[in-house]
Amino acid sequence: MSAVVTARSLEKTYEAGDVTVPALRGVDFEINAGAFVAFVGPSGSGKSTLLNMIGGLDKPSAGTLTVLDTDIAGLDRRAAADFRGANLGFIFQDFNLIPVLSAYENIEYPLLMVQDWPADKRRARVTELLAAVGMGDQAGKRPDQLSGGQKQRVAVARALATNARLVLADEPTANLDHDTAYRILELMKKMRDDFGTTFIFSTHDPKIMGEAEVVFSLEDGRLVNSGGKHA
Amino acid sequence: MLKILKLAVRNLTRYWRRTLLTAGLIILGVVAVLLFVSVSGSFKGLIVGQITDSMLGHVQVHRKGYVASIDNLPLNLNMKPGAVARVEQALKDMGDVVAWSPRLKFGAMFSNFTETTSIRLNGVLPKREAAAMPMLPGRLLQGGGNGLVERGKLLIPEILAKGMKINIGDTVVLVATNLDGSVNGKTFTVQGVLGDVTGPGGRDGYLHLDDARELLRLTEAEVSEIAVRLKGLDQLPSAKAQLARALAEIRNPQGQPALEVHGWDQLSPFANIARMIDLLDLFIRVMLVSIVLIAVMNVMMMAVYERIREIGAISAIGTPPRRILGLFLAEGLLLGLVGTAIGTALSLGIIYALNLWPVHFSFGRQQDLVLVPTIATADVLLIGVIVLLVAVTASLQPAWKAARMDPITALRHV
Repeated sequence: MSAVVTARSLEKTYEAGDVTVPALRGVDFEINAGAFVAFVGPSGSGKSTLLNMIGGLDKPSAGTLTVLDTDIAGLDRRAAADFRGANLGFIFQDFNLIPVLSAYENIEYPLLMVQDWPADKRRARVTELLAAVGMGDQAGKRPDQLSGGQKQRVAVARALATNARLVLADEPTANLDHDTAYRILELMKKMRDDFGTTFIFSTHDPKIMGEAEVVFSLEDGRLVNSGGKHA
Repeated sequence: MLKILKLAVRNLTRYWRRTLLTAGLIILGVVAVLLFVSVSGSFKGLIVGQITDSMLGHVQVHRKGYVASIDNLPLNLNMKPGAVARVEQALKDMGDVVAWSPRLKFGAMFSNFTETTSIRLNGVLPKREAAAMPMLPGRLLQGGGNGLVERGKLLIPEILAKGMKINIGDTVVLVATNLDGSVNGKTFTVQGVLGDVTGPGGRDGYLHLDDARELLRLTEAEVSEIAVRLKGLDQLPSAKAQLARALAEIRNPQGQPALEVHGWDQLSPFANIARMIDLLDLFIRVMLVSIVLIAVMNVMMMAVYERIREIGAISAIGTPPRRILGLFLAEGLLLGLVGTAIGTALSLGIIYALNLWPVHFSFGRQQDLVLVPTIATADVLLIGVIVLLVAVTASLQPAWKAARMDPITALRHV
């Protein structure tokens, strides 16, 4: 199976005045295509920093990071935006749906504003995804008319809209109750199965991390469990 | 572009009240400017029209030094027939000239046999004067008859007629000092009474040019001034310059130019009022720009600040920075567009209503002037373009800030 993400001796430090704060300290890992991966650890362990770097939103201070055969750290701001638009999907803890758009339009947004899909293809893709995430009958509702779980379903559909090969989800269940959280993770797994997309998510919830097939545990910026597998 | 505009419309509906308030400010500004430009322009046009079409003409030609001492109406600074002929030839050669009228201006004693007062008079050729001053016959409050003024007859200003209780057909006497210092008198019949208008010449009397020459015992066909009517006020600068160039060849014995050319604006004090109106016009346009700039910039800065996390999210999922820039610029543009469209429609409606129910007003001694405001398409377009440009410019800084926002920082924003 080919590697979707490869990190070698990955380091990230932040400067806070005269103090240098290490966020990641020499992290090595490899994630294969189609994997359902969790980065787990307490707050401040470096999970979000790692996801941000995989997503081309942040750059490593040292080491190499290859995402979908691209040296992601070598991309400038515009190229990184293009790369994200073409290959990645994002799911956020706070959903971050556009409040003035309906569920349908939120899923359509990346097809319209990022990838310029023609109208008929957009319609077919959005309809397919709405059905896939079980939101076909809620298409016209705006985010403020949806529950937290429904919003996250829409966010999952939006992340997959552009046929992203890799979806990054930073604490996607943190704002959901446990039942809803499990259902969202089940949905993400189903999407992985249906569309072959690789999912990487972060969580600090021990119950949720059990849903992942591959788990990387982080503590103080170090990997303490490299790719432990769950049944 | 269309998809950005559609999304911009949706974004503007997030806070209806704020959008309406901002658009309302722009509408108010546009209405204020268009109405001011329309009303002030019409007022200016009305008064300038009165001045140029009934008294001064657009341009006047005098012998050099005459205007400087025009209060004395000096006969020794009249133009000689040779100079007059050359001026008339130059005027014939000019395409922008519609008509011109030679005048002999002088002061005289005016008597109705019981009272005597002074009067300023214009000796004119009636047909030429009526052609050059088309609104002059309209100033006749009483009388009239065959032509503007017949031989042996006199048009007198209203103030004199009222003050001395003179009626049409009354006989009056004019006594004038001649060039050699002698005095000559002649009786005239009052043919008409002229309404006063504001400005120099607004209370002058009129008589036939030949009568004026007889009264002044002039042996030559000399004139004090030639008043010229152009096709329009717009031609004034070029026509004046062209005429000045043509007349520059006429020299006095000292080798200096013998004649001088003045536009109406150099002869009437109303030109200063007109300049003040233009200044106010500019000032109110600057106010409009300020209103639009502050209103749009304020609302766009707020929009960016309130949507920082959203900007972070759309940036993270790959929206190109140019599209984020375009989105916020489009919101500013739409605010300007809505404000301009509604403001212009309202203004045109009010201007139309003012044409249906005109405003009557007085200016100086002129009573019952009718204000019929109009506005040029060019002015409407110019103001619309200014508002749109300012709205987009005001959105530029917030839009640029949004487009350059770091997604991680934006997503962490609380």
